[in-house]
Amino acid sequence: MMSYFALPDITPRVLKVWMRNRDVFMATLTVNFLPPLVEPTLYLFALGFGLGNYINEIEGVPYTKFIAPALISVSIMFAAFYECTFGSYVRMYYQKTFDAIIATPLNIDEVIAGELFWGATRGVINASIILPILSIFGLAVYPHSLLVIPFAFLAGLMFSCIAMCFTAITPNINSLTYPSILLITPMFLFSGTFFPLSLLPETVQYISLAILPLAHIVIVVRSLMSGIIEASLLLNIAWMFGATLLVFLLSINLMKKRLIV
Amino acid sequence: MAVDDVSFEVNKGELFGFLGPNGAGKTTAMRIIQCVSPPGGGSLKVFDMDVTRDQRKIKNLMGVVPQENNLDIDFSVYKNLYVYSRYFDIPKRKAEQKIDELLDFVQLNEKKDTMTDSLSGGMKRRLVLARALVNEPRLLILDEPTVGLDPQSRHVMWDKLRSLKKQGVTIVMTTHYLEEAAQLCDRLVIMDYGNILVEGSPSSIIREHIGTDIVEAENTPEVIACLENSNARYEKTGDMVQIYTNDPHDITEHLFSECRLGKITARAATLEDVFLKLTGRKLRE
Repeated sequence: MMSYFALPDITPRVLKVWMRNRDVFMATLTVNFLPPLVEPTLYLFALGFGLGNYINEIEGVPYTKFIAPALISVSIMFAAFYECTFGSYVRMYYQKTFDAIIATPLNIDEVIAGELFWGATRGVINASIILPILSIFGLAVYPHSLLVIPFAFLAGLMFSCIAMCFTAITPNINSLTYPSILLITPMFLFSGTFFPLSLLPETVQYISLAILPLAHIVIVVRSLMSGIIEASLLLNIAWMFGATLLVFLLSINLMKKRLIV
Repeated sequence: MAVDDVSFEVNKGELFGFLGPNGAGKTTAMRIIQCVSPPGGGSLKVFDMDVTRDQRKIKNLMGVVPQENNLDIDFSVYKNLYVYSRYFDIPKRKAEQKIDELLDFVQLNEKKDTMTDSLSGGMKRRLVLARALVNEPRLLILDEPTVGLDPQSRHVMWDKLRSLKKQGVTIVMTTHYLEEAAQLCDRLVIMDYGNILVEGSPSSIIREHIGTDIVEAENTPEVIACLENSNARYEKTGDMVQIYTNDPHDITEHLFSECRLGKITARAATLEDVFLKLTGRKLRE
């Protein structure tokens, strides 16, 4: 059991893996900017300005304002999750990038950690693209909202690590569809994103908070963007730190078990 | 397939080959030398350092050409080398200088800005070789470096390896091409089922296991009976029989006069003959 949470052997060389992924990202910049730019905008128009017309207020705020933080949160989740499932799997299995890197002084722990930090960075990038768009529509209160950017790193890291656990155990690339459909899609809809958690029965609310990482992200982002910051946020952030630490260790150890033969 | 009983020593500046059928344990042996797979038991030292303890130091002094080209398809030729040199903490200026030098060495200077996807097989292989050299390794590991290359590309690769050897780089390689091994390797081992069957220089291995020449005749009961009578060393391979000898004239004369043979051919013995003799002719899949 302990071997699944053993401390990794990591040096600052992790940054070299991160830089490699950054360089690929920069080489294909235009196509990378499109999804985080277009997707949330579409949701904002369809749900916020479209469907929102039929909804007066949720928890005392207009519907667009209610879903705006969710759009950022969801985008962070998707960016990090897909980067470290399909993205990492392609690098690991098809491009053999990991094999190429571990022939250098870097070890597998550092390769995986670099991937995770890059996944987290994708979350930050997405948040940085969407936040200004939402701000144009007056959906973010400043300066509090700026905290969303560094927070996106923690949120992204959490989902990168969760994703990497699946990448480590998936028998093939198609099977990554399972966590995507059975975990990420429900989370996308039921984490207090498009309707408040308070609509759910009280027990279900607690269960949601206990097991749905996205629910915590949405609460924190919503509070930062509305400018009303309460002490209870520390609980959400503490939950995220704890969960991230566990899945960080687990994902690296699972990957080592997969790759060191 | 793991390795079972493998002990070997590679001398400094030597070109050392690992041969064996698929599944013999060559790649596993390479992975252990590369500090990627841990040795299940026993120990291995590279530059007097333990592969289980000083991995970073060893890998810093080593270059690897893997069986599959794992180039970054999203990068140009130049960028591939540059990104790789970063993993070794090579300062930018020094890396740029080294990359220019290496692109000359592997004759890819004109392809500097080409994306690796559009390179030919031979070019990709040479780029992987250049990449393995960015850290000026003292030991170069190559896992089937010429697989799938046309004869021209293969010869260029051989030239490069010989010239690296001349520069004092120790080279360890695996190959399925026995002619290549005979041409390049100072010493080699033939492995099968995780064990080393023979070790030595190509010529000494051939001499020891076959002799200088092979005489091939048709596999008929008369020929076999005749060979039995004359105490010849031979092996049946389908409808042919191969006779191992150091004196092909003598044996051909003998066969002609005593055994009433029709067709016979004599040729020099090769590493391939030893290989098939030791590992058998059964398919490994």
